[in-house]
Amino acid sequence: MRIWVARCLAALAALSVPVMSHAADKQVITVGVLKVERETPLPISRLDLPPADLGFQGARLATEENLTTGRFTGQDYQLEEATAPPDESMAALDALIENGARLIVTLAQAEDLVALSQHVAGRDVLLFNAQAEDDALRTETCLANVLHIAPSRAQKADGLAQFLAFKKWREVFLISGSHPQDELWAEALRRSSKKFGLKIVEERVYEDTGGARRSDTGHVQVQKQMPIFTQRAPDHDVLVAADEADVFAAYLPYHTTDPRPVAGSAGLRPIGWHPANEAWGATQFQRRFEKLAQRRVRSLDYQVWLAARAVGEAATRVKSSEPQAIKDYILGPDFELGVFKGTKVTFRPWNQQLRQPVLLANDRMIVSVSPQTGFLHRVSLLDTLGFDEPESTCAFHK
Amino acid sequence: MRLSQVTPALVALGIMATAPDAWAYKVYVTNEKGNDITVIDSETLEVIDTFKAGQRPRGITISKDGKELYVCASDDDIVNVFDPVTYKRLHTLPSGPDPELFVLHPSGNPLYIANEDDNIVTVVDVKKKSVLAEVPVGVEPEGMGVSPDGKIVVNTSETTNMAHFINTETFEIDTNVLVDQRPRFAQFTADGKLLYVSAEIGGTVAVIDPAAGEIIKKIEFAVRGIVPEALQPVGVRVTKDGKKVFVALGPANRVAVINGETFEVEKYLLVGQRVWQMAFTPDEKLLFTTNGNSNDVSVIDVETLKVIKSIPVGEQPWGVVVAPE
Repeated sequence: MRIWVARCLAALAALSVPVMSHAADKQVITVGVLKVERETPLPISRLDLPPADLGFQGARLATEENLTTGRFTGQDYQLEEATAPPDESMAALDALIENGARLIVTLAQAEDLVALSQHVAGRDVLLFNAQAEDDALRTETCLANVLHIAPSRAQKADGLAQFLAFKKWREVFLISGSHPQDELWAEALRRSSKKFGLKIVEERVYEDTGGARRSDTGHVQVQKQMPIFTQRAPDHDVLVAADEADVFAAYLPYHTTDPRPVAGSAGLRPIGWHPANEAWGATQFQRRFEKLAQRRVRSLDYQVWLAARAVGEAATRVKSSEPQAIKDYILGPDFELGVFKGTKVTFRPWNQQLRQPVLLANDRMIVSVSPQTGFLHRVSLLDTLGFDEPESTCAFHK
Repeated sequence: MRLSQVTPALVALGIMATAPDAWAYKVYVTNEKGNDITVIDSETLEVIDTFKAGQRPRGITISKDGKELYVCASDDDIVNVFDPVTYKRLHTLPSGPDPELFVLHPSGNPLYIANEDDNIVTVVDVKKKSVLAEVPVGVEPEGMGVSPDGKIVVNTSETTNMAHFINTETFEIDTNVLVDQRPRFAQFTADGKLLYVSAEIGGTVAVIDPAAGEIIKKIEFAVRGIVPEALQPVGVRVTKDGKKVFVALGPANRVAVINGETFEVEKYLLVGQRVWQMAFTPDEKLLFTTNGNSNDVSVIDVETLKVIKSIPVGEQPWGVVVAPE
């Protein structure tokens, strides 16, 4: 019965649109999405509460788009989704593979991603990292079966630092949080400051003492705390906050002692995607996403979309559903993909990181896009962002 | 259109025509952000008028008899039809959502419209003002070209990266040609033997043999001092003899001139910023380019291949069409 229904639908599709091959011969490309879920504290702003379908909607949109293209190439796309806590994530990954998905997008933190990568090492499976931004995954912990879609912390920090250099806001007051990921983000910002000639004139750490993230009339205390915390800083042009844990940075704008702009984790933020972006045809992408998901797109949705679109683009060109053929094409010289950021994106073959522009945005608008004009590179302007080949021990292309 | 024919309208506006006997054409430029249309006299190269055109006017074309000016009002989801002389809005045409670019059948009817949001090409009868067909195409349809015999309409889809050949009798797709990233524009030669398709993000122009449905050459671009990422081909225009092909290169601020026989780039002309669309005068003496980021139009002398003037227009000029003789 089930087979009959499937054939019936395929016949309808063949009637409505001419296809190159018979429906029965259609090549099927199955993309999996695996979300490894961990307990995380609530965000500082209720506007940032994560939707349950975060990330998955990006895959659903990309699958629709791939299917539209597939009508003309005689290819069919399927999507398999899974969510699991870390200790069940291997089983969930195996189940996805069992269901035919060998091209799998992961929504996982670095340690979970490393475990998943090791779990399928040597098998005919390719993973796409849509979430983990850790620089170590691009420089030391080189995972052969993982393509990195998410921008690294270094790419984002360089994008911001280029803009600050362009503005000649060279003196930076850096405040970082007390969580391990805050320190990783601060380290990326320190590296970028050095790379682009900025000077960190002072560093402070904002200790997270725990407790509820939000409370009634919390702004009364904040208005007293933040000026005290930021007072007596040396002269600076800009305050940069490293607060990935989302504890304090959002309170900084308008509350600093010195009237200086805030950047980093609040104010002007370097990000992969923003729902206000309208340039380079992005309006169409935003509208398509909103129509499908009934909400605004987030960076994670965009990154999963991009991963599944990269699969679609490669499958269209190489006419294959095999992970190795897809990977070879994506990392090869002919791969390019338009992603509504004004320039084609490609991969760095040595560490399998997606080269990409970084958006600089406030809460409501795109402020600028890096790389900034004038920062040059012998291979690609996008290689002015993030770790370059000589700085990485990963050498997959050799 | 001769300027002498429109002299009464100009006099009524208090402007004297300078050379009523010379061949002069009206050039219409849509200003995407300004929501208006700038009118330029091709003889004096001066702006002679500006009129409101609806929300976010982009694609623009004119009927063969020069009596109806069609404008995609993208944010109004309609096509506005203006009188090219009085600038009065005559009526509207159904367009489907977010119309961006369109092409008129060589006979003057129907109009084929790319609807970016819906993955369809809408076919509209401009006389009956009704939709004849909706053709499903790839993701983000944009560029529209029509063969000189009117038998094939080509649509480019920016995310699917294909040129779709639509049979104008059956409204079905006969052929799909995979091109480089983000194809923006499709232009046939006057003899119908070649089709040029620009790929904005891919940075190439594909030369396609329409009869075979195959790419015979991919044209690439290189300008000293310009980063390769900025060489983004958009608008394409070909002289009637097929010998000169002009390609607007977007943020490279250049128009490439290509030999239509060897497909080699022979010259790069410096124009305004973010050059997108172009239009010839009917005598092909001049080519006008819209420069979206410098809010002006560059005028190219087609014979000498020199940029002879830049004319300030409205905010973010997008499309351009020149009235027929």
